[in-house]
Amino acid sequence: MMRLPRFRYLAPASLLEAVKVLGDLGPEALPLAGGTDLVPNMKRRQQTPANLVGLRGVAELRAVSGDAARGLTLGAMTRLAEVERGAVAAGWPALARAAATVATPAIRNTATLGGNLCLDTRCSYYDQTEEWRRSIGYCMKREGETCWVAPGSDRCWAVSSSDTAPVLCALGAEVTLRSRGGERRIPAADLFADDGIRHLTRRPDELLTAVHLPPVEPGQRTVYLKLRRRGSFDFPVLGVAGRVRLSAGGTVESARIFLGAVGSRPQEARAAADFLVGRRLGDEETVREASRLATQIAKPMQNTDLTLGWRKGVAREYAARALRELGS
Amino acid sequence: MEAPLVTLQSGPREKLRLAFAVNGEERELLVEPYKTLLEVLREDLGLTGTKHGCELGECGACAVLLDGELALSCLVPAVECGGRAVTTIEGLRDGPELHPLQAAFADHGAAQCGYCTPGMIVAARWLLDRKPDATRQEIADALAGQLCRCTGYQQIYEAVESAGRVLRGLPPLPPVVAAVHGEEPHGR
Repeated sequence: MMRLPRFRYLAPASLLEAVKVLGDLGPEALPLAGGTDLVPNMKRRQQTPANLVGLRGVAELRAVSGDAARGLTLGAMTRLAEVERGAVAAGWPALARAAATVATPAIRNTATLGGNLCLDTRCSYYDQTEEWRRSIGYCMKREGETCWVAPGSDRCWAVSSSDTAPVLCALGAEVTLRSRGGERRIPAADLFADDGIRHLTRRPDELLTAVHLPPVEPGQRTVYLKLRRRGSFDFPVLGVAGRVRLSAGGTVESARIFLGAVGSRPQEARAAADFLVGRRLGDEETVREASRLATQIAKPMQNTDLTLGWRKGVAREYAARALRELGS
Repeated sequence: MEAPLVTLQSGPREKLRLAFAVNGEERELLVEPYKTLLEVLREDLGLTGTKHGCELGECGACAVLLDGELALSCLVPAVECGGRAVTTIEGLRDGPELHPLQAAFADHGAAQCGYCTPGMIVAARWLLDRKPDATRQEIADALAGQLCRCTGYQQIYEAVESAGRVLRGLPPLPPVVAAVHGEEPHGR
């Protein structure tokens, strides 16, 4: 049986208290939202914070405000099951679909949007029991020195496996981080760093409090396609997130494309997006060239489910499907 | 002005008071912060119907209803359940009467080894509470996180459909197993 390690539990009753506690404890504490990522990681001793700051009592983190015309602000503790429906599904369907493809119904009822953004990076040498990891001398991400995916590497290649992160990056969403000293609002893409260990730019004394979706523009289309072994449950081995604005005639006026699960952070496919501007998504040649450009940036490693060769091989076709869906 | 720190907290070896409702009954006990809801249900409250499976949120054997929503009790620290209502498999029946799902699972042979059955029934209850006329696809979607390693999903889907009919005041579907063995189905 796998028990949680011991920790001190704190349950602040307001946002003010929560950031005060995090400010006091710094790297000795982790915020606990839905717990669907952190709790299994703690059971396997991948993460062993001395203090857990339970956010259940912080009502401010559940607030939702705004609409499609003004943009929508979702509290970081908005459950994924809520993101699947309602205002998000109507205005930003790719985000609703990304939320709906995370894990299983029971987990989406518990897991939060902020938690999915801050999801720990994943790797087949890291997401294992303590005994398993000990038997290989651990890895760079936790207690060891070697990256077993790339033993010559001086960095960790664990994979950003969030479904909502690439979508929020593609949408041009922003997030608010709050600490005792104040708050800062940054583009969602700037929350992530290209390192399997330090994969978030969130400081330990900061709390991710809200996600801001930009207003829905006329002609806006969004898409998220998720590749995985099973049609339910699994983490992505590739996520393709896109947002375009089409003219009345169907020409692409602006485009943003991000790939998930092929790096330690969501990867922006800028060359593909730039190529699409001024072209039409209904044109199959355009789709083929854009999907080639998009998947050029994907550098998958042998550290997720399914084989590397297969994942590389299908990436381009998968990107093409996403682009065709944007144009249809 | 500095806000007063009124944060509820416990040391790593201190117990916290937990008051919550389990199957409609108010319970109050002291729990260690490291214990999950699953561990408290089974070890402190003796409710062993909820099963210990993968312990990592991958199998669904520990499913319960938390404030009416399907949740995995192996992933929820018990100290986060204060003031909430938990329904376990033990809370489904009404007195001596089986819940229609329990009767249908028996009649349709929807359990082989039976280990996944409590979680399966609780997840199906969560679905039928919202949609007693759920389609086969909606049933499959709702049970996506409930793994049966005997792989008897067909009978499980039939049992959920049959229970949904009973909840809507319709006769149950004819149980295939009873037809083979000439048995009478259980009462509704």
